[in-house]
Amino acid sequence: MGGTGQRLGGLLNREPRVVAAGVGVLADALVQQAVPVEGVDWRPPPPGTEAALAAVLGRPGQAAADALAVGRMLTARPELVDVRPAGEVLGLEPGTFLHAGPPLEWERASGPMRGALIGAMLLEGLVATPEEAAGALARGAATLDPCHHHGTVGPMAGVVSPSMWMLVVRDAEHGGTAYCSLNEGLGKVLRYGAYGPEVIERLRWMGAGLGPLLREAVRRHGPVDLLSIMAQALQMGDELHNRNRAATALLVRELAADLAAADAPRDRVAEVFRFAGGNDHFFLNAGMAAAKAAADAARGVPGSGLVVAMARNGTDFGIQLSGTGDRWFTGPAGVPDGLYLGAYGPDDANPDIGDSAITETAGMGGFALAAAPAIVRFVGGEVPDAVAATQRMYEITLAEHPALQIPLLSFRGTPAGIDATRVVRTGILPVIDTGIAGREAGTGQVGAGLVEPPAEVFTAALLALAEDGSRPEPPR
Amino acid sequence: MSEVEGRGAAWTDERGTAGDTDWVEVRRGAYRDSVSLMRVSRSIVGRDGVTEAMAAMGTGLNLEVLARMGFAVPGGTGPGDLVVAIRAGAEEALDGARDALDGLLRGREPAADGAGLFGAPPPARTTASAASRTDAGIALLSVPGPHVVPEAMDALNAGLNVMIFSDNVPVGQEVALKEEAARRGLIVMGPDCGTAVVGGAGLGFANAVRPGPVGMVAASGTGAQQLMCLLDAAGVGVSHVLGVGGRDLSTEVSGRSSLAALAALDADPATELIMLVSKPPAPRTADLIREAARRLDTPVVFALPAPGEDDLTRAAERALAALGRPVPEWPRWLASGRDGAGRGGRGGESGRALRGLFAGGTLRAEAEAVARDLLGWDLEAGGHRLVDYGDDAYTRGRAHPMIDPTLRLEALADQAADPGCGVLLLDVVLGFGADPDPAGALAPVLAAALRDRGDLAAVVSLCGTPADPQDRDRQAAALCDAGADVFASNAEAARHAVRAVAGAEGEA
Repeated sequence: MGGTGQRLGGLLNREPRVVAAGVGVLADALVQQAVPVEGVDWRPPPPGTEAALAAVLGRPGQAAADALAVGRMLTARPELVDVRPAGEVLGLEPGTFLHAGPPLEWERASGPMRGALIGAMLLEGLVATPEEAAGALARGAATLDPCHHHGTVGPMAGVVSPSMWMLVVRDAEHGGTAYCSLNEGLGKVLRYGAYGPEVIERLRWMGAGLGPLLREAVRRHGPVDLLSIMAQALQMGDELHNRNRAATALLVRELAADLAAADAPRDRVAEVFRFAGGNDHFFLNAGMAAAKAAADAARGVPGSGLVVAMARNGTDFGIQLSGTGDRWFTGPAGVPDGLYLGAYGPDDANPDIGDSAITETAGMGGFALAAAPAIVRFVGGEVPDAVAATQRMYEITLAEHPALQIPLLSFRGTPAGIDATRVVRTGILPVIDTGIAGREAGTGQVGAGLVEPPAEVFTAALLALAEDGSRPEPPR
Repeated sequence: MSEVEGRGAAWTDERGTAGDTDWVEVRRGAYRDSVSLMRVSRSIVGRDGVTEAMAAMGTGLNLEVLARMGFAVPGGTGPGDLVVAIRAGAEEALDGARDALDGLLRGREPAADGAGLFGAPPPARTTASAASRTDAGIALLSVPGPHVVPEAMDALNAGLNVMIFSDNVPVGQEVALKEEAARRGLIVMGPDCGTAVVGGAGLGFANAVRPGPVGMVAASGTGAQQLMCLLDAAGVGVSHVLGVGGRDLSTEVSGRSSLAALAALDADPATELIMLVSKPPAPRTADLIREAARRLDTPVVFALPAPGEDDLTRAAERALAALGRPVPEWPRWLASGRDGAGRGGRGGESGRALRGLFAGGTLRAEAEAVARDLLGWDLEAGGHRLVDYGDDAYTRGRAHPMIDPTLRLEALADQAADPGCGVLLLDVVLGFGADPDPAGALAPVLAAALRDRGDLAAVVSLCGTPADPQDRDRQAAALCDAGADVFASNAEAARHAVRAVAGAEGEA
């Protein structure tokens, strides 16, 4: 401690200034004395959580554990270092498929998840027809495993099969590696559960044409600093989940010279440019891998209530915490609230699906909605709603992102690092800015909107955190 | 926490001419747009003692500019890295510039906290969030007891002291919070801490008193209010009143906050004398506290009212003596002295009992001690009863009688209807946080009771100051008009009431 003047944080030597939580009459009495008061709009948490909240938050070292975890997340330096086939880079065997969200069996899989798995069976040449694929999958002929269990994330159905090419993102600060497949574009695509001939044909081209050329360009370029691209894109109107137009342009620009220098016929290179340049979500998968690398850096801090994964498989919504290992806390996935394409409506919508909520986990997407006024109408709101959504997220996050800043909020860092205990305390649920898949296998995207996790997953995670065995390190 | 520390390495380079010192830091992967960086650079260059400064992304162009300015930027710095470079004439100027730079790069301008383009942000939902919006020194918590720990830990983690007004906080949690506070050099006042005055601000129930030389450590809220009001009546003010909670001097809690408060007041230049007020502490804790008090430079006067010990009024008188200040006549407003036929002074008839209806626990305990001295230990045998309506048993699920008079008014009517009751003794506590006009509700009920029962007497202990929002003198006049004898000293009020019961004439 410093001089005597700093006892009690200088309380006795300064103008009084008070934070007040609870009965209004006490705050009013301060206002009556012209004392500045910052009020807390306190509301009771769900009944039955008091003891767990007190146990977890009263532990010595809890704040330090959370600070350590979120500090790791926010100091990660994700770089795109390579592009390689999943079979090679993940050791994925034929007949094994990764999928989005927490663990899932075929019996409980939703339409788009089934469609994507069928498509992947066709792509891998394991079956000749969709019917045959469905039959094999129903018999349990394939092995299904969550992407998250392999350092991987996948948008929407998130199905990864051995022949798909993966972006390889390394965290230059902490040394971790994360993977994500290449984005197929919009419309009828596998990740939305479409598996028609044009879907399979596109995937074949992505494996034969796009993947190898991207690999060559990335290797020639050297590590691509993704955080820098994301920070700039956020100031160009992206929120990096549902709008990736600026980030895509920046990435393509970054790689352009090295693509042009590739040892390949000019028309093949042009195809790659045309595809990447014509797909506003081309960057999404790189951003997801970057977010996954950052979130994984924060895993395994004993006692920390930091959320390190939010993921949906079209049936369940699951979260994982830094302090509770690989355990999933799951509940039913909700249906997004938003706008629908063409004649589609809420009845056509599948429950929430995809690992892309990793962007919100790392302080982007719905958390950065205030940075993306250009898309707020697309997800069914107006600009003040977007600002309000971002501001609400500061109530449940541990930090502000040092690199990702929001111009509209005077360059305040995005709310980053969801604290499960604060979600339970406030009842404020993370806002996720997502695409909506059609309920029927093979439909594709039907809209976009906002969705929230089921509240009970945070309560369950809190109760697990309160159990012995997930205590923070005692303070020294 | 709101920001993550920069991860870069810093180099200090002493080679500058004319004794200038260069400082260059590279923060890898910390993107800022060029406009904000130019603004940062400009405000650093504008500082005294700073010759040159630049904050920029490490693009080729910027690295060239930095090189031309003579700064040595480490190799390997690229366009994704933030470079900050400062040249200053003196070490202090450099330190100041670095601190300012950190603040600027942390990057939020004050306007962002409040009204932005879309109005003020929604209110904070946790103490952590509120603490991050302001540089408060203390959090005042009055959420229900089972919900206190998360809010209190938020405050401590943010470097704030905590006052816990709430009761029903388990003692184990109290000890844990106080240990956490001690690790951080902070104090937890409470739980069940009703009163504090910090830097002139009254927190919880507190009276408007003048600033002055007396610092208080208070395990008893109404005890502290009684002392600060008596001192105020004697023309002596307080520096700070640090509440510690009613259980702080128990064996389990072992005076953790009292010790922190004593040390803080001892170090406070405005405090010349410390008073420690509490219900009688656990013996082992009392020894601990007395030992700690002996080691302080500042004298400590104890006010631990109990039978055989000094009452609060005597403790206040001892404090005045220690300060070399005269002891005044304590204010009193006697109905019995008016209209030739005072009502309070006529005394209860023999066999009629004393009934005390209190809002302050310590005031009740003090009155009981006074009554036992004069009426004997077994008050109950004589039908005498003194009840604290501020006790947990009465406040569960309803407001404290200092805020809501309903419960006590009902009890008052019951007592007035009981022929066994000869003398009513009530406390009325004024100040911030309390009922804005207690006499407004109490006086008519008292007047009616005294009108209906010629044999009934009423005595009021009025704890307040002329500067209180309720205006002590106006309250006294209203109660006096209703027929009550009113005393600023609770001990004097109690003695007066006891004498009335005993049939003695006149005043205390």
